Amino acid sequence: MSKPRLATCSLAGCFGCHMSILDIDERILELAEVIQFHKSPITDIKTFTEHCRIGLVEGGCANEENVEVLRAFRRNCDILVSMGDCATMGGIPALRNFVEIEECLREAYVDGPSTHNPDGVIPRDIELPLLLDKVRPAHEVVRMDYFLPGCPPSADTIWAAVTALLSESPVDLPYPLVKYD
Amino acid sequence: MSEIVTFTIDGRRISAEAGQTILAAAQACGIYIPRLCHKDGLTPVGGCRVCTVRVNGRPASACTQPVAAGIVVDNDTEELRSWRRQIVEMLFVEGNHFCMFCEKSGNCELQALAYRFGITAPRYPYLWPKRDVDASHPDIILDRNRCIMCGRCERTSRDLDGKSVFGFVERGIHKTLAVNADARLADTDLDLTDQAVNACPVGAILKKRTAYRTPVGQRQFDREPIGTSVETRAKLTIDGGEPR
Repeated sequence: MSKPRLATCSLAGCFGCHMSILDIDERILELAEVIQFHKSPITDIKTFTEHCRIGLVEGGCANEENVEVLRAFRRNCDILVSMGDCATMGGIPALRNFVEIEECLREAYVDGPSTHNPDGVIPRDIELPLLLDKVRPAHEVVRMDYFLPGCPPSADTIWAAVTALLSESPVDLPYPLVKYD
Repeated sequence: MSEIVTFTIDGRRISAEAGQTILAAAQACGIYIPRLCHKDGLTPVGGCRVCTVRVNGRPASACTQPVAAGIVVDNDTEELRSWRRQIVEMLFVEGNHFCMFCEKSGNCELQALAYRFGITAPRYPYLWPKRDVDASHPDIILDRNRCIMCGRCERTSRDLDGKSVFGFVERGIHKTLAVNADARLADTDLDLTDQAVNACPVGAILKKRTAYRTPVGQRQFDREPIGTSVETRAKLTIDGGEPR
């Protein structure tokens, strides 16, 4: 029987949660014995070619590309896990939710103190994903099965969750492993 | 000496002084009833409803409801735990609670209740309200993004400090914490030594230049859930330790 597959992605996140995955240290060898990494920044596989048991989603949705990737994860993973505060509540990117999107773009590309943009052009290209009006947590876009809060969730939290899911037991995190910071 | 009455909480027999609240009587016996808007030493108002219990089957706030002989109180039931969880979740989506950079994180009562209830994410959509920050005061900052309208600062300032620095304006979802009607914090007589500065359960009222002093892992609620001190005190007594 082939090993269950695990996919990961970083949407509107900072890759800090992926750093936390790596922070499981030598246990990653143990993990590689029992799972196969599929679409993930770790393997650099860009698209789903096979169905996965678990999908770990870092980051919320800030643009249409995030939404597309997240929906692909929902279609291709049995169990989807919101990993980190950005996925569970929007996180730092959601700080822009208090500013109108036009003002956001003007500040970034036109009015910023270190900006040199004499023509005042705001990038608008078909290659660039459009921003959403607000940054959304993952579960406001697709159904999520589990949530691992934390900025980032500790390596022990991720380890506890993934090993529980692989042994098909409920993810029941002990008190010190559920933290929002 | 006042009259002693006997009643039950979750089937356990409790003795209390007549006139005591259910919350205070339970606490004296080592039963922790979660609460947010109540703080020991303040006049209870029953505003947040986190301490909701069932008294003879009827929901009541334990911080305001007095004990009575023979009442049957339900506290730790699945239904009440679910109500409390939902109240805390609603408070999280109603304000802007960015725990990852909040100075209060680890010492925050709202966060601690969410930890105690095992909340990993709120089930309600985030509202992202636009709220003001008042950093005008030289020593104290008021961040309304984190305010949960519990009124602890208002009552502490009025009843303990004798100042009435804080108050509420507007109603419903538009309700906000105001300072002397519509002023800046710097225009008030709020002082760093006022008890109101320490009354906030969340990170809405903070002392400047005191942030992030305690390392992660050693903060108040990093290792033990909120309410543990109430519960372990009772365990000591049961185990034959020092009486309360």
